[in-house]
Amino acid sequence: MEILIPILSAAIRSGTPILYATLGEILTEKAGVLNLGLEGLMLLGAFSGFSATMMTGNPWFGLASAVLVGMGVSAIHAFLCVSMGANQVVSGLAITMFGTGLSALLGKAYVGETIRGIGILPVPLLGKVPVLGPVFFNHDPLVYVSYCLVGLLCWFISSTRWGLTLRAVGENPRAVDSAGLNVTRLRYAYTMVGGGLTALGGAYLSVVYTQMWVEMMTAGRGWIAVALVIFGIWNPLRAAFGSYLFGGVGALQLRIQAAGTTVPAPLLLMLPYILTIVVLVVISVRKGKGILLGAPAALGQPFHREERD
Amino acid sequence: MIRPFRVERRIDAPAWLNWAIPVGAVAIALAAGAILLFFLGVSPLAAYTAMFKGALGDAWGISETIVKAIPLTLAGLAVGLAFTMVVWNIGAEGQIVMGALATVAVVRYAFVDSSAAMFAMMFLAASIAGGLWAGFAGFLRARWSVNETITTLMMNYIAILLADYFIYGPWRDPSSLGFPMTAPFPDAARLPALWGTRVHVGIFLAIAIAVLFRVLYRWTRWGFELRVIGNNPKAARYAGINDTMNILLAMFVSGAVAGIAGMTEIAGLQGRIQPGFSGGYGFTAIIVAWLARLNPLGTIFVSFLLGALLVGGDTLQVVMGLPLASVQVLQGLILFCVLGGEFFRNYRIVLSGRGE
Repeated sequence: MEILIPILSAAIRSGTPILYATLGEILTEKAGVLNLGLEGLMLLGAFSGFSATMMTGNPWFGLASAVLVGMGVSAIHAFLCVSMGANQVVSGLAITMFGTGLSALLGKAYVGETIRGIGILPVPLLGKVPVLGPVFFNHDPLVYVSYCLVGLLCWFISSTRWGLTLRAVGENPRAVDSAGLNVTRLRYAYTMVGGGLTALGGAYLSVVYTQMWVEMMTAGRGWIAVALVIFGIWNPLRAAFGSYLFGGVGALQLRIQAAGTTVPAPLLLMLPYILTIVVLVVISVRKGKGILLGAPAALGQPFHREERD
Repeated sequence: MIRPFRVERRIDAPAWLNWAIPVGAVAIALAAGAILLFFLGVSPLAAYTAMFKGALGDAWGISETIVKAIPLTLAGLAVGLAFTMVVWNIGAEGQIVMGALATVAVVRYAFVDSSAAMFAMMFLAASIAGGLWAGFAGFLRARWSVNETITTLMMNYIAILLADYFIYGPWRDPSSLGFPMTAPFPDAARLPALWGTRVHVGIFLAIAIAVLFRVLYRWTRWGFELRVIGNNPKAARYAGINDTMNILLAMFVSGAVAGIAGMTEIAGLQGRIQPGFSGGYGFTAIIVAWLARLNPLGTIFVSFLLGALLVGGDTLQVVMGLPLASVQVLQGLILFCVLGGEFFRNYRIVLSGRGE
């Protein structure tokens, strides 16, 4: 148990950026929009969070600007997919290319710089509980925010009127339209909120977790988040579990490397990517062919108000 | 409320749009890029002039553009084949890497001093390696509906790390003074270069496969089936088209062609592999395929254009000190504009008071 606690604690921390992105994508997909641009959004978030923190000296300002950048760039995705009815897969890839390129281009000047990010803030009382305390309640504030967000989203999606509307927009946009609600506006809103959360996940990496900026620093976490949405069958709680699982694999791999092993580093680095495929296969085999349990029925399909289906 | 215009669905798209949309998209993307360059403190005019001169200004620039167009054409054809049936193979990068690894393996472990034999073996090994790499994702998709976008993408990371393992580990050239790279290929394993430039015979391979794909799509039963699956999977099933088998086969062929791109790049140009040798062609290929509207012959032309963009980007890096990422930004912008432009294929804007 003594050995496990630091690993579990590290799993929470390194899973948190993935969790933010996964939660963002759950919201976006629940509204019927598929955003494969998470990798690019995370990178833009990581860069803008870092640079804004460096310029203002205030990490909270950095995080806020990352959210704004994420919302702005995902608005491009919303414009193309919702207003113009463009192919959502390709648009997401374009977001990833654009985000990867722009973050590297603008971020070149920031490589090697350091910032004072956000530090650890143990929760009073809860932090003292044996085992659970050090694992769950001895982190930075953003980890606690993500706990609250998981609970909030579970409640919001399943038990509120707005959540019902959100689900309906992803399942049957025509019905939402008939009820007098604006499908376009709702899809824009959830795509942008999702993009903001994703960028926040990226900013967590640069402002809180590593406190530095490196090109391509997300290393596929955005894509892992896309896979985790499916793994979590669009459920925030299961998504959290998946994120921490991946965080744990990342943390474990670092520890194995640090402990000095004969296994070459590239082979160890493959682990999270292999795990992603394995997880996807397991979930798909269990669901059976052709049935995507929990997937919003209208996911990926543009809605044209004036046309019949 | 009276609007100055309204949006109307087109019954059918006029042919000139096939040209106007990509050209307009690239123009708008370059304009957007110019604004970005301006804010970076670089004169857009100077930057674009440098790019144009570097890529198309002289014979050497054009030959370098062709050098980049070869892998782009092959990889563009590869992903285009999968996209035709709405299977999202975005793993061309990994398949290129696997093709290259197989090529190096053949040279290391099965070298014979005959150019023809080496070519045949490298061609086969690279296409099988790339084909299996993509075919695995195709199998998972066909058998259990495993999302192929994610599996092919994850397999990119795995392939690149696998290449790193060999480059830093068992295949590192002992005489490379510690640089991570494999030993240079012997002459018999090199594809000949043409016209005193770096253009290699891979160009004929790329054109031949493009023509082959054209024939496949246009005149064969299999090509027809692929299109039906892409356009209307339900109709395909009713018509008795076996989509499982077709997805598997298409992914294998798609990966094989990407693998061949890796082979020509290594045997024709680089002569060895080192970290980052795949150069992102697999991702640029997605833009190529989309800009060419999955048309095989159009793919050659678009590859030349995007090849020019890449060479121009190299020039920009040398002349103006802009990082290569600026090209990636431009690529993203082009893709945005093409996607937006598609709208005008399906809709037209009618000014009020006309055509009422």
